[in-house]
Amino acid sequence: MVPLQLIAILFVALGAVGVVAARDLVRQAIVFSLYGFGLVILFLVFQAPDVALSALVVSGIAYPLVLVGAIARVRGLEKRGPQE
Amino acid sequence: MRTGFFLASATGLAALIVWGITGLPAFGDYPGPYGDLIANLVKPQRHMANAVSAVVFDYRAFDTLGEELLLFSAATAVALLLRDTRESHVEDIVDATRSDALRALGAVAAITGLVLALNVVAHGLLTPGGGFQGGVLLAAGFAFVFLALEYHSFARLTKSTYSEGLESVGAGGYVALGLVAFGFGLEFLENFYGKGVFGRLTSGGSAFLLNVASSLAVAGGFLVIFSEYLQENMAVRYGRSRR
Repeated sequence: MVPLQLIAILFVALGAVGVVAARDLVRQAIVFSLYGFGLVILFLVFQAPDVALSALVVSGIAYPLVLVGAIARVRGLEKRGPQE
Repeated sequence: MRTGFFLASATGLAALIVWGITGLPAFGDYPGPYGDLIANLVKPQRHMANAVSAVVFDYRAFDTLGEELLLFSAATAVALLLRDTRESHVEDIVDATRSDALRALGAVAAITGLVLALNVVAHGLLTPGGGFQGGVLLAAGFAFVFLALEYHSFARLTKSTYSEGLESVGAGGYVALGLVAFGFGLEFLENFYGKGVFGRLTSGGSAFLLNVASSLAVAGGFLVIFSEYLQENMAVRYGRSRR
């Protein structure tokens, strides 16, 4: 395997460990989008540009936005108390 | 005790994974016939440069129909569950960002996102990308308006009539294009007009219209989901009047 592919795989592995190690939920969403960028580089190096674009769009835009919206909603419900 | 059990099973799993990975063929060794067939037939048969889009919008357009309706039903479910905050309560939400540099940068980012999305959708059959990626980029351009400007601008641009209308036009348009193929005596979702010259924007026939329809459906669905979550959160945090 070419060294570039090995570096991309290593970056993805480190990003995955980072996503699991992040404790706060919103911080985890941001680290997840960084892990998504690592995945994009991996797919690009392995000659799959269409998959790389899809991964960029989903893990960089769609997933963090919906996730942070859901986290905010759950925290708002907790703050409002058990009347909801 | 739990850590010991985890370490034992993790070493067993690691041994199995390493054994499996070393047994894989080398990268680039492709035995199956279907990929080679598609790569050789896309240019003469469909005049499209992007083989992935050719499979998604032409050879296997029916599976893409299923995925569009999946996103459509997800957006419908979110709207059904979170639609308890009435839209008339958004006037009292005050959350404009005060930094002029951030507002200017956000406006530039929104316009750039919009142009980039239109570029990715228009070149869907030529370069990597296509309907789905362009649709999410289009929705992200609108999300920049919320993130860097204020909620009122975003709410005015993506009123539920507009975003739901966009989504319905996309999803319904996809099915309607499939039914139009019946009028030409072809099968459902088959490519029904001239395939054009290879490499031009007008190549590919009616798969380009399917591309545009799916991008509208994805953008509308994602905007519906995002604005439903947002409306509820903003009314709780920043609204001054209660429900």
